Amino acid sequence: MTADASARPIRVLLAKPGLDGHDRGAKVLARGLRDEGFEVIYTGLRQTPEMVADAAEQEDVDVVGLSILSGAHMTLLPRIVELVRGKGLDDVLVAAGGIIPDADVAKLKAAGVAEVFGPGTTIGQVATYFREHARRRA
Amino acid sequence: MPELAERLRDAQAGDRRALARLLTDLEDGALAPSELGALIAAGRDAHLVGITGPPGSGKSTLVNALIAAWRSRGRRVGVIAVDPSSPVSGGAIMGDRIRMMDHHGDDGVFVRSMASRGALGGLAATTWLTAAALDAAGYDPVVIETVGAGQSEVEIATLAETTVVVEVPEMGDEVQAIKAGLLEIADVIVINKGDRPGADRAARQLRAMLSTAGGRVSRPAPPVLVSTAIAGDGVEPLREAIEAHRAGRTPEQVRTRAGELLRRAVATRAYERAARSADWAAAVTAVAERREDPFSAADRLLG
Repeated sequence: MTADASARPIRVLLAKPGLDGHDRGAKVLARGLRDEGFEVIYTGLRQTPEMVADAAEQEDVDVVGLSILSGAHMTLLPRIVELVRGKGLDDVLVAAGGIIPDADVAKLKAAGVAEVFGPGTTIGQVATYFREHARRRA
Repeated sequence: MPELAERLRDAQAGDRRALARLLTDLEDGALAPSELGALIAAGRDAHLVGITGPPGSGKSTLVNALIAAWRSRGRRVGVIAVDPSSPVSGGAIMGDRIRMMDHHGDDGVFVRSMASRGALGGLAATTWLTAAALDAAGYDPVVIETVGAGQSEVEIATLAETTVVVEVPEMGDEVQAIKAGLLEIADVIVINKGDRPGADRAARQLRAMLSTAGGRVSRPAPPVLVSTAIAGDGVEPLREAIEAHRAGRTPEQVRTRAGELLRRAVATRAYERAARSADWAAAVTAVAERREDPFSAADRLLG
């Protein structure tokens, strides 16, 4: 057993909060991040904010990635950030992807969502962002 | 990093974040050997239950149903669900949790996903330590779900006290049942997806083949059950069979497991000692240049 922190894979929770049933994007991203060397915990469809926060806590992830296409992002995403922070997970990066109007992006960032990835984003861009912004642990 | 005793106290008091971080540190090999010893000593002899079987046989769904069965009896259930790491990128997709979402928000259930990180026996190298941490944190039983297993990922049998092998009705004919490997390590066999045609027939065939066992390895034939995990059918009898297996454990079985834990600890310690030695790098070079064989080098480093 070697304790090489730099070689430790980044752990990412990928979830689809809310009621939309379109998870192709999330699955493509899960697969892409796997190929980029991330450990991805995929929790599937129809997650409540409480489910996402519980899973993030138990799995001790570095990143929570939220895919949402339903239009409910202004309700669900700030709530998830609030619950995640409420559990003391201060250093967990929360990012979102999906169909989110530009006008909402600034509001989401103000609510604690670190980044919002829209259509056309490449897997490589997401992976690079996670590598640069995910917490580093001793 | 706080002291292990303090972290364990927090975990036992219900601080799930403290437990989660402890599991991460164990997985990353960040704890000192003395702390690992203290961790295992803090265990409360939780029942370690292994769940193994082919990919897609319903292991995670069955674990989800078993959690409910144990929760209704007031047991706190810990789960380690292992999925394979990519041999190419080192990444992984862990999806066992999807099937276990019934229990979110229940403080008596802790589910942790774990990537195998290069280990080939169906578990990760540190799975036994994370299981020990769940035990020390007060979870009993601790359920370990393996990577989807083929015929020979049998490491779980050396770690779990009770190994459940999950099969499906289409598992094959009697010849599959008498091959060496996965079925041999079963303490309990369950044919899941019991609502499919042929489940009862598969169970009968298995029982018939397993009851003919003899020879030098005499162990009682494992019970063969049928379940439909998604509907919760056959789960209560499975829970009973798992607990009956532990109730019937013999001193010899306890010794065998103790020997295995000791083997793991010795391997870990010996490697750490050798790798810390000032001669390690020189020994690697000597083996690389074929000036020394690895066994002689090991003797020298440990001597």
